[in-house]
Amino acid sequence: MTKSWPLWEVFIRAKNGLSHRHAGSVHAADAKMALEAARDTYTRRMEGVSLWVVPSAQIVASDPSDSGPLFEPAADKVYRHPTFYKIPEGVKNI
Amino acid sequence: MRDSALFDYACRLGDDSLILGQRLSEWCGHAPMLEIDLSLANVGLDLIGQATHFLKLAGEAEGEGRDADALAFHRDVLDYKNCLLVEQPNGDFAQTIARQFLFSNYQELLFRELCASKNVTIAAIAAKAVKEVAYHVRLANEWMVRLGDGTAESRARMIAGLEWVWRFGEELFDVDAVTEALIASGVAVDVRQLKPEWDGRVAKVLAEASLEPPKPRRGAKGGREGHHSEHLGHLLSEMQFLQRAYPGAQW
Repeated sequence: MTKSWPLWEVFIRAKNGLSHRHAGSVHAADAKMALEAARDTYTRRMEGVSLWVVPSAQIVASDPSDSGPLFEPAADKVYRHPTFYKIPEGVKNI
Repeated sequence: MRDSALFDYACRLGDDSLILGQRLSEWCGHAPMLEIDLSLANVGLDLIGQATHFLKLAGEAEGEGRDADALAFHRDVLDYKNCLLVEQPNGDFAQTIARQFLFSNYQELLFRELCASKNVTIAAIAAKAVKEVAYHVRLANEWMVRLGDGTAESRARMIAGLEWVWRFGEELFDVDAVTEALIASGVAVDVRQLKPEWDGRVAKVLAEASLEPPKPRRGAKGGREGHHSEHLGHLLSEMQFLQRAYPGAQW
């Protein structure tokens, strides 16, 4: 196919209270049809209670070649994990 | 036969869904886009699910031990009671959508009313199916607008598709002796009373799609009595082949 519809990213909320998670993508001519295509493609087996579609072109992604400066500095900073605290006795939920 | 009126009525309801479901399944692997392929197959599966329930009920009303499969795969063309609209060939995507548009808008109104049927099985099937059909309506209406008000080519195809299916709309709202009796007993719906609402829905979508309603023509009818167009026999020969060649085969 030479001319194809724009691509849309699909996000599904599995149940109320959870956040939407990326499920995949669909082709569609406009937003309404993208929602319907997403419903037909990704929620046939009761996967969700809410759908978002976002034009793929609107997603701004980090550059894979930047992953060194972006992500590696965090590797030696284990103290950022909240695992160095003693949980006081008697606290059930933290 | 235990209840021949109920048998006929359940067959009509079931056959409409079965034949249109089979037609839509012919698109599987051939639709213009993968997404459309999936959505047409989804609609087809919904319809075949409805048919299974209605034909099961028909078999029980008949009381001769035939189940839904026996009725679907071992009846001949003259015993099929679907309306002529649903057996019409797919044509191109626009013609398929035009057919779906007329039918789903009718079926949604019908099932909405059948939810109150005195026959509890029919009421239960309708209550489940009416949500499915509401989605079919939405899908078909959206595509009518996009094709009708789209490119010069999509518009020309939609005008031709609508012209093809238009003459089969009238039959949907016919009432005969079988339905008269069941309407009186609260089992069936008097579809004549749904026609104005259907006309209104169709006109609204056509206006939005900037399409003119085709010129009125004498409606093509006969499906409810088993008088079908040449297309149904071909459809059945494909649909029934396996069960005819290997009766009772299972997978």
